Amino acid sequence: MKKKRILAISSGGGHWVQLLRLRPAFAGAEVTYATVRPGYRDDVDGCDFVLVPDSNRWNKLALLKSALGILVLVFRLRPDVVVTTGAAPGFFAVRFGKWLGSRVIWVDSVANAEELSMSGRKAGAFVDLWLTQWPHLARDGGPRYMGRVL
Amino acid sequence: MIFITVGTDLPFDRMVRVIDRWAGENERTDVFAQIGEGGWKPEHIEFAEFLQPPDFMQRFVAADIIISHAGMGTILSALRYGKPILVMPKRAHLGEHRNEHQLATAEKMRELGNVNVAFDEDELVACLDKVDELVAREPISPYANPELIAGLSEFIHQKSAGGTR
Repeated sequence: MKKKRILAISSGGGHWVQLLRLRPAFAGAEVTYATVRPGYRDDVDGCDFVLVPDSNRWNKLALLKSALGILVLVFRLRPDVVVTTGAAPGFFAVRFGKWLGSRVIWVDSVANAEELSMSGRKAGAFVDLWLTQWPHLARDGGPRYMGRVL
Repeated sequence: MIFITVGTDLPFDRMVRVIDRWAGENERTDVFAQIGEGGWKPEHIEFAEFLQPPDFMQRFVAADIIISHAGMGTILSALRYGKPILVMPKRAHLGEHRNEHQLATAEKMRELGNVNVAFDEDELVACLDKVDELVAREPISPYANPELIAGLSEFIHQKSAGGTR
């Protein structure tokens, strides 16, 4: 059977730390890790590693650059699955991945214990698997709870 | 060694000032702080605005105690390496973060156990006076809980295209 191709993507800090904690779920697949800081390369030693421009919704130009970089990446990789722990770069990746035929997963950060992140709420409209890490935020027709990163 | 970090995003002067004054008053020379770009410069403790990830990890792993903003990256790393951690939530209305989620993060992490929280400067001072009593923890697994891993893995390896919703 052909290996699944996965794009695992996140911004820095806690988003990246959480993405790394999901790694056993990617066993048996061909994974490309995409994130925003070159110093993270060593965390995924031996795996395909790509840098994308960081962004957040407070800087429109950075947002545009980030979106374009990620569009090119998703177009080039054509992953079977896109999985992200957020934030803005992950949102772009699931958005473009969905348009290009990937199955896409949003794992909302465990930091969002009171309400889903803004990008998480937006992503909920189209992602194939929509997860919160807090049982009290899960609901029918909304995000599901399957467990958390700790 | 006590390692302080404010995260990679914005400085957290409110926390750093309290720790710096405490370190000065108590003649603590075993404190190092990562203060963020453009952060207020401490007078009594060693600091750097930003640390490259390898330098950050080296100092982190060598530390006995971690004090930080309520960021999940730092919290998860502290739990994974079995470091006692004290966090103070950044507040958006004080310009320390872009939204108020750290308050809830800190509360929930305290409920789950293993994370000590100071919600304001007074509580931070009180916690600092007892900081040496914080003890090392049993490290948590480097990976997410098995249910989440299994659920994701199952979804990833589904044969058919299309979602589950």
